[in-house]
Amino acid sequence: MAIYKLQINGRSYEADVEADTPLLWVLRDNLGLVGTKYGCGIAQCGACTVHVNGNAIRSCVYPVSAVGESKITTIEGLSEKGDHPVQLAWDEVDVPQCGYCQAGQIMTATALLQKNPNPNTEEIENAMNGNICRCGTYHRIREAVALAATKLK
Amino acid sequence: MKLAATAGGGLFLGFSWTSSVASALEVVSDTALAAGKIDFNSYLALSPDGLITIFSPNPELGQNIKTSFPMIVAEELDADWTKVKVIQAPLDTNKFERQVTGGSGAVPHSWERLRKAGATARQMLIEAAAKRWKVPASSLSTENSMVIHKASGRKLSYGELVTEAAKMPVPAEVKLKEPKDFKLIGKAVRNVDNHEMVTGKPLYGIDFYRDGMLFAMIQRPTAFGMKLKSVDAAAAKAMPGIVDVVTFKNNVAVVGKSTWQVNKARKALKIAYEKEGALESSADHDRLFKELLDSKEATVRRKDGDVDTAFKNAAKVVKGEYQCPFLSHAPMEPMNFFAHVRPDGVELVGPTQTPERARGEVAKLLNISPEKVTVELTRLGGGFGRRLAADYVLEAAELSSIIKAPVKVIWTREDDMTGGTYRPAVRYRFEAALDAKGNMIGYKLRGVGINSGNPTREDNFPSGAVDNLLIDSVEHQSPITTGPWRAPITNFLAFAEQAFLDEVAEAAGKDPVQFRLALLEKAKKAPVGEIKYDIDRMKGVIELAAEKSGWGKKKGVAQGFSVYFSHRSYVAQVGEVELKNGAPVVKKIYAAADCGQVINLSGANQQVKGGVVDGLGHAMYSNLTFKDGAPEQNNFSTYRLIRMKEVPEIDVHFVNNGIDPTGLGEPALPPTGGAVANAIYKATGKRLRNQPFMQQAEFKSA
Repeated sequence: MAIYKLQINGRSYEADVEADTPLLWVLRDNLGLVGTKYGCGIAQCGACTVHVNGNAIRSCVYPVSAVGESKITTIEGLSEKGDHPVQLAWDEVDVPQCGYCQAGQIMTATALLQKNPNPNTEEIENAMNGNICRCGTYHRIREAVALAATKLK
Repeated sequence: MKLAATAGGGLFLGFSWTSSVASALEVVSDTALAAGKIDFNSYLALSPDGLITIFSPNPELGQNIKTSFPMIVAEELDADWTKVKVIQAPLDTNKFERQVTGGSGAVPHSWERLRKAGATARQMLIEAAAKRWKVPASSLSTENSMVIHKASGRKLSYGELVTEAAKMPVPAEVKLKEPKDFKLIGKAVRNVDNHEMVTGKPLYGIDFYRDGMLFAMIQRPTAFGMKLKSVDAAAAKAMPGIVDVVTFKNNVAVVGKSTWQVNKARKALKIAYEKEGALESSADHDRLFKELLDSKEATVRRKDGDVDTAFKNAAKVVKGEYQCPFLSHAPMEPMNFFAHVRPDGVELVGPTQTPERARGEVAKLLNISPEKVTVELTRLGGGFGRRLAADYVLEAAELSSIIKAPVKVIWTREDDMTGGTYRPAVRYRFEAALDAKGNMIGYKLRGVGINSGNPTREDNFPSGAVDNLLIDSVEHQSPITTGPWRAPITNFLAFAEQAFLDEVAEAAGKDPVQFRLALLEKAKKAPVGEIKYDIDRMKGVIELAAEKSGWGKKKGVAQGFSVYFSHRSYVAQVGEVELKNGAPVVKKIYAAADCGQVINLSGANQQVKGGVVDGLGHAMYSNLTFKDGAPEQNNFSTYRLIRMKEVPEIDVHFVNNGIDPTGLGEPALPPTGGAVANAIYKATGKRLRNQPFMQQAEFKSA
């Protein structure tokens, strides 16, 4: 066990965990940030997606010891009031069904739009293809990403 | 239930959720509430601040009940939609019946009750305003949570009237709106939980946390048919954060202070298993199916006329065999449950589609009265039928009773996929006898399956439309656990039947749509035996799908047709397929649905699209196979689910026929496989009879 100092959503946190603990479980079990979801544990479904220095990563396979000084953003830190353009687009398009995968979808989409503010359909699909939605809200996710792009302009 | 706190000073209408008819409503006084003297089982509460609350008993797993229920109340109440809230009720069998999510039944069950509750409250608010203004009630109207006297221009908000309204007699009869006057029902309304979901609030069972709570994972036998022989937990127990390792039944539970610690320690367990039953492989099942299809000992499900004679006299006989694999439910939120077994009672919290079953089975297991068990419902990160079973709740309760501590049991994805209550593997043999004119004069279906129960739906179409018909089944008992999977049985049967009918139509030289319509015409004019589906509603969706898809009118487009009656609703679909590098690509699916009155157009549209995506993905890609009793796929790396790039355009249409709602959680799924397979046949000339399509020899390399 060791103490890790983490910069998450603009705040400092400390967690006393083993070095190989995935960031996902530090967020969920140690810090109470449960918006980031467990889905597969092997980086296949995207439910656990967070940002490390603005890049979308799968936190279920990202050991806490690799975080270092990096800045982490989770769904809870995407905006203060839940009014990030991507979150607003998700509401406007009425994307969620069960909703479990949507935090991961939103984090993947946000990272995409930060790098590519005008993605075409193919670019959206390429970015989002790693995120599974078992309810099948894919059409609305695609539509919401495109809508969010117009809101970010 | 903390009812009094919600009701203080307002209008509080109790109504019954248990009786078969929506029974009389009653005003409940604060004193009765405070004393707990209540004999209704749900309520509609209007408080002086204008807030309107209803209790929803049904678990929410993405079917959108938390939005559609209040819409129904708000409609009849003429309420300001933004002021209506739903509170998720905990399990309470004294107060609710059918506290279940399954069978696409929540809205059909609750429709009349919710409307009547809303209309009753509205009438009492009008009476209160009429008394205050000394005008006839008939001169008043309502809108957006206001009572309005048009003649004088006076207005009062519901909040201002609720205290007086509570003193009015409850009207025995209220007039419900005509559907043409609906302002909210049938419109697209956003999910009331969107904000919570897109901001990552702790809504799900896996998010539940309680001070002092321990985390646990359970190692279950690695194969169906194996049992626990011995456990060496010394190494696991010595690992950091581990509180205990306990063994019960065939389970070895590692209990500790965090998910990751128990997950790591679990890998240090040294467990020996021994054989308890047959260790079956998918190859065994393939052989077994062929034997069972010829078995002399089938259970007859339906018999009309004389099939032997019909087949003897047939001008042409068509045969086809169809097979599907086991499937995992794979909800995105893996199984989990919190349990705290205390000397004075049991607290259960988590995601379940059947809280009553969970409570009953836990009470039985612990040998206590069900009244001592509480079940709090979280939002469900998907269910698809997996959460109808209570196995994962029982494990949590048993573990808590052993360690005498509050504990949350979490399943890994591998646990979830290898410890399922799977969609059973099934094989069907269809035979059709045609006369010289291409009329289907005989029809035989035998279904054989692994723990499949009755894998037929003997009274579904085309039963009733064929003079000579025999439907029977044979079941093989296996250690592999199975259970309902979204649109149980019909999730595959519909594909097999609709693909076979396509073969029969072709053999008869008839257009697939006309062939089905002719059968329905025959069922209407000269029904054979009992008909348990609505011929006109089925015909309605067939015609709508054909019209919207331009059936038979598009040159160079490979289309396939399918229609199915599922639960209480009807859906027809047309698939369009193109070939790309020799492999079929599904480009578009048209869906025409008759679910009666649509409540929320946004939710309903997505329910159909999601059902089609679900049906398509599993028909194309998903496959759970067994080797010596052990599942060969245990995560999304080997068990394929559909992804965004594979989703076709989906065009959804609803039949508007004024029928009360008949449910939509499942009915859009069953027809998809058939529509796609029939379109693939048109595009490639290849009949697909086994799922998943993309693993068949024809397309495996593509």
